[in-house]
Amino acid sequence: MTLEELMNAPAPASGWVLAQDCAETGLDPQDIRSEMSRRIGEMRASVERGLSSDAKSITGMVGWNAKGLWDAPDALNAPLIRRVQAYAMAVNEENARMGRIVAAPTAGSAGTIPGALLGVADHLGLPDERLVDPMILAAGVGKAISKRMFISGAAGGCQAEIGSSAAMAAAAVVELLGGSPRAAVHAASLALMNTIGLVCDPVGGYVEVPCVSRNAFFAVHAVSAAQLALAQLESFIPPDEVVGAMASVGRLMPAELRETAEGGLAQTPTGLAVTARMEGRQEEPGGMIELPMA
Amino acid sequence: MSLLDMIGPVMIGPSSSHTAGACRLGLVAHHLLGEPPRRAVIGLHASFAKTGRGHGTHLALVAGLLGYAPDDARLPRAFEEAEAAGLTAEFRDVDLGDVHPNTAQIELHGDTLAVTVQGSSTGGGVILVTGVQGLGVNFSGASPTVLLRYTDAVGMIARIASTIAADGVNIAALTCTRETRGGQALVAIELDAPLSPQALAFLDHWPDTNWVRLLPKLMDG
Repeated sequence: MTLEELMNAPAPASGWVLAQDCAETGLDPQDIRSEMSRRIGEMRASVERGLSSDAKSITGMVGWNAKGLWDAPDALNAPLIRRVQAYAMAVNEENARMGRIVAAPTAGSAGTIPGALLGVADHLGLPDERLVDPMILAAGVGKAISKRMFISGAAGGCQAEIGSSAAMAAAAVVELLGGSPRAAVHAASLALMNTIGLVCDPVGGYVEVPCVSRNAFFAVHAVSAAQLALAQLESFIPPDEVVGAMASVGRLMPAELRETAEGGLAQTPTGLAVTARMEGRQEEPGGMIELPMA
Repeated sequence: MSLLDMIGPVMIGPSSSHTAGACRLGLVAHHLLGEPPRRAVIGLHASFAKTGRGHGTHLALVAGLLGYAPDDARLPRAFEEAEAAGLTAEFRDVDLGDVHPNTAQIELHGDTLAVTVQGSSTGGGVILVTGVQGLGVNFSGASPTVLLRYTDAVGMIARIASTIAADGVNIAALTCTRETRGGQALVAIELDAPLSPQALAFLDHWPDTNWVRLLPKLMDG
């Protein structure tokens, strides 16, 4: 499955994705649809828990951002943006405190799709049943990307992780709003083009800083790409070539910038202090992660 | 990789590679042991050793050894659950050489049996099992997988394949390694459907067979 094939598939693109996937794996389309529906429910539950909790994460670096934004006055009077950002951060903060989430495609990028898709749906008052097909298309876009490119930050930088989730989310939002397969894939491509070169530099190595706020930004980024594509704007570079460019940049990127905590924000004085504090905790006997010993 | 792997797994955070993948590696050892686990010695390599604790890698591995899936609500309490179930776990930092940075080596003992598993968590909750009982393998747990350890002999793979065919099951992929000619060999066969208990018992019954297990499908898609 390539993005080119997906772009030229008959509408709705999700129907074509589902047929292709079932032919390949032998799974029943109805089973996939009902499981996707259950996963949308899991995403919604993680958004709700994340918006209502301000409990700190394992490292203490995050935990209160989503609730803080959700409870604050809407300074810009931009309710869609605020909703999309709060939902995205809610999922990733829930993740950082070892709550239950849906990896989409990874845990570090889990907030982008629910932020964009559930955020837009709630803003427009659309029911969750309408989200199943867009979610299948999101998965199809992820699958097409993963055929040419690893989707983990460790393999390809943050561009591979949150770039993929933003592309998946952008395509899903386009289908939700009635856009064509061509528009959906161009939305994905536009979102990807604008993430190329993004490094994965988690402070202390934990999926917290900058991951939580990065999900908020990229959920809005995905909605923005969908907006452009729904207005018939297209990615000048063909979508599969954009994925190829991202893969090539990922290979060129030094290991220090690929989830090793050896570059970027992780190597700032504050980043190093957090690393030292967390490593110190490992040595403490009787700490929160003490093990039953043989 | 299916659609359900891209939107999924449903999991307890924080990291799909450090937590969900680690849990699935533990699950491989759980299923291959074949009796309640009592003692685990777990070697953590590179990134697993460096950032595993804050990511719950240790909890997730123990949860997997207990048979919990990555979305099991008991995962954050895996150490307490292990204590209650009579399982102890010991962790070591190890250098496994030029392997994936998220690699674990698990030695799991039950009351009478033991199993060793080496595997990597390659991203998004996907795993690659690279060693079982000290011999090289290469499978992901995305399909039901038969593992069979035997004494190398002419025609063994043909006999195993015929048994699987007679059970009406299709082979998707197969890897086989051996120590030396005529020595210990291990075959890992990924299947389109699980093998029947009868076929499994038939494979187990041969004089050249030392050990056989059916690992269930561990992925969603």
